[in-house]
Amino acid sequence: MNGSSDVLTLFLFNIVLVNIPLLYGTVGEILTEKAGSLNLGVEGTMAVGAIFGYLAGCATDSLLTGLLTAFAAAGLCGGLFALLTVTLQANQNVTGLTITTFGLGLYFFVGKGLGERWPAMTDVPALVRGFTAVEVPVLSRLPVAGKALFSHNVLVYLGVLIAALAWWYLNYTKTGLRLRAVGENPAAADSVGVNIQLYKYVHLIAGSGIMGLGGFYMALNMSGSFEGSNCWINGYGWIAIALVIFANWNPLLAILGTLVFGFFNTLQIYAGALAGAFPGALGWLNALPPQMFKALPFLITAVVLIATSVRKREGPGQPASLGLNYFREER
Amino acid sequence: MEERYAIEMRGICKNFGRVAANKNVSLNVKPGEILALLGENGSGKTTLMNMLSGIYKPDSGTILVNGQETVIHSPEDAKRLGIGMVHQHFKLVDVFSAADNIWLGDEHSGPLLKKNRCDVIRQMAQKFGFDIDPQKKVYNMAVSEKQTLEIIKVLYYGAKIIILDEPTAVLTVQEIDKLFAVLRRMKAEGHAIIIITHKLNEVLEISDRVAIMRRGESIGTVDTAQATEQLLTERMVGRKVTLNIDCPTVEKTRPLLEIRDLTIRNDEGATAIDHVSFYIRGGEILGVAGIAGCGQKELCEAIAGLRPIETGMMIHKGDNIVGLSPKAILEKGISMSFIPEDRLGMGLAPSLSITDNMLLKNYGETKGPFVDRKSGRAAAEQVIQELEIVTPSTETPVRRLSGGNVQKVLLGREIKSGPNVLITAYPVRGLDIHSSYAIYDILNRQKKDGVGILFVGEDLDVMMGLCDKILVLCHGKVMGVVHAHKTTKEELGLMMTGALDLSSKYADKPAGIARDSRIEEVEP
Repeated sequence: MNGSSDVLTLFLFNIVLVNIPLLYGTVGEILTEKAGSLNLGVEGTMAVGAIFGYLAGCATDSLLTGLLTAFAAAGLCGGLFALLTVTLQANQNVTGLTITTFGLGLYFFVGKGLGERWPAMTDVPALVRGFTAVEVPVLSRLPVAGKALFSHNVLVYLGVLIAALAWWYLNYTKTGLRLRAVGENPAAADSVGVNIQLYKYVHLIAGSGIMGLGGFYMALNMSGSFEGSNCWINGYGWIAIALVIFANWNPLLAILGTLVFGFFNTLQIYAGALAGAFPGALGWLNALPPQMFKALPFLITAVVLIATSVRKREGPGQPASLGLNYFREER
Repeated sequence: MEERYAIEMRGICKNFGRVAANKNVSLNVKPGEILALLGENGSGKTTLMNMLSGIYKPDSGTILVNGQETVIHSPEDAKRLGIGMVHQHFKLVDVFSAADNIWLGDEHSGPLLKKNRCDVIRQMAQKFGFDIDPQKKVYNMAVSEKQTLEIIKVLYYGAKIIILDEPTAVLTVQEIDKLFAVLRRMKAEGHAIIIITHKLNEVLEISDRVAIMRRGESIGTVDTAQATEQLLTERMVGRKVTLNIDCPTVEKTRPLLEIRDLTIRNDEGATAIDHVSFYIRGGEILGVAGIAGCGQKELCEAIAGLRPIETGMMIHKGDNIVGLSPKAILEKGISMSFIPEDRLGMGLAPSLSITDNMLLKNYGETKGPFVDRKSGRAAAEQVIQELEIVTPSTETPVRRLSGGNVQKVLLGREIKSGPNVLITAYPVRGLDIHSSYAIYDILNRQKKDGVGILFVGEDLDVMMGLCDKILVLCHGKVMGVVHAHKTTKEELGLMMTGALDLSSKYADKPAGIARDSRIEEVEP
């Protein structure tokens, strides 16, 4: 293997490794939005999942406990969102923003409060082992793709599995059909006996729980080092909300969306290295301002939004009642 | 054995805030019987039925289903009890196929969506005698198809008691016949059917008994065999009314609005109005008849300047109005009121008060940045008084008013601006007789004042009574212009379906082109 091919492989490997949390956030938000609720609290929900998942994972030295705790803690955020918007009929946008503020506040409160007692990942060998790469038999020996796609930790595979399961659930099960009906036209679903409140609660909690797993992933990927100034989530929650639109509310397309966004996300870090490795083909990357790479993913979202709105009716998977609260006796 | 009722409601009361929607209402229906529920707008019919379908809960009173006292907490409960309701506004998921809309409420066939679900629905529909494409998406369906789907849905869930809320309001004559055939068959199979409708001829045609409601109270039940339109109206309204629609003769002026060779596309880009020509004189009402979605909406929007036209001319008093802004057209005295199917969607802001809705049209007339609420309130009070609008105050949000009153507000505001051409589409959509006649009176008064009125309507009986001439559209093409008092319902029906084309009946005078046209005077 020569050096430049290594750079390319590493670049592709990191696209997956660094950006998988986006997939968790996106799939969680898709489930939420398919229930007709726009939860803008992804960022805060992921932060809550991250810190409690990490602390529980360290306390028990177990990846599984960490995962379950992250799911439960973030799920509680989803439950709070559901309580406010479904039961108490609060405005969804404001509630979502509140969840973000609350989640980030809780994150810093707990993290700073622990101070010296903050657990380090060096003390928890089992947790670290749980997060190390597992090579998929046969496939991992493929050139380039083997390292880039099939030599990752289990949470990468879990994320893809959850996305695939969510897609199957939405399109091939009756509960999935009812969930979509709740998001499209709750009055219609209600009139045939679908329990709107139950469907909303379950999927809002589950959706937030999945976001929390993404947060936990980020904690581990940052080696659990807590900084007082920057949150681990670092805006990924907001990108996930945009990715939902990019993916047209389809969990399978969310995988593609994660890779596309991840490409541009990772490009800003690897632009220099890539330009160095392939001076002939990619040397021009050095000439571009680094801010441009940061802006690219959002520029693409705008392009996708334009494309989907031109397609009109057939295309968008956006639930018709997204963001609207349902009250049966509304006249 | 004594006869058992499928549904018996005793002493039902329901209040919304301080307003009593139902006061001590009792009602019953037997299996194998069609009960018509008759009442003016806001008399509490839909509220009463929503308590059977589990949308509302009664404040007091008891409901017996098949002789058993029951409490219906939710639509789920209603479904379990075999009660199915076809709502006035269909409860369908637009982006789902017909089959999936039915499948949504299915509770028997396991957790997975089976591949053969379309076949199952097709077979089931055929068993009940319906013809439906289970794979067709709801948003591609015509109104009558959606209604058929709603009925199949209700039957699929095994309902024995079927409630239909104004099912005929959106159907053509032929479709209504088909629906009634279905209802008669269901009746023969032992279903109990409750049908809400405003149309008395339909009540007399289809029902076995008629239950009448007035202002939230039950007035009593009449056997249809002993009922007449006159009797039903009197009991419903509470006093004697005459059922003849006035059509005063007014001296006509030269054409006010002339449409020549007009072609318009709809939102999907298909031709909605196809080389249409017609004219309206001052002092006449020109009816526009046609099956729903035949270009009526596009035509109204084009005249009001809300939709670009492909080709053709629109001449108002000798001035070309093509390409003018809606505001400029309004200033010329062309006023448009369109009542869409949901009856609130166009022209009024539902959450704003009557005053604010009055101001919507002329807020620009006052100088300076501030709103002149005083004049708006005065206008609102005047309209309320003149059109006998029932409302707690001028500051009540429009959506809180009952349908008839909302429509009066809209029409009242349009008339207030003193138009010389009034375009009105479905002004009595969903209104009861009393309110409808009030609207006809308003239009006739305008006509006497020399206003030219374009009346896009649904009910052929009404149009034949009210209009001077009727223009018939079929798929955007003019099938002819007939004299309202010389034509027959059958002739109109044939023209609406395109079976009869009278557009070139007279070789010397093509339909829709006035002899004393002003178009020749217009600069090309």
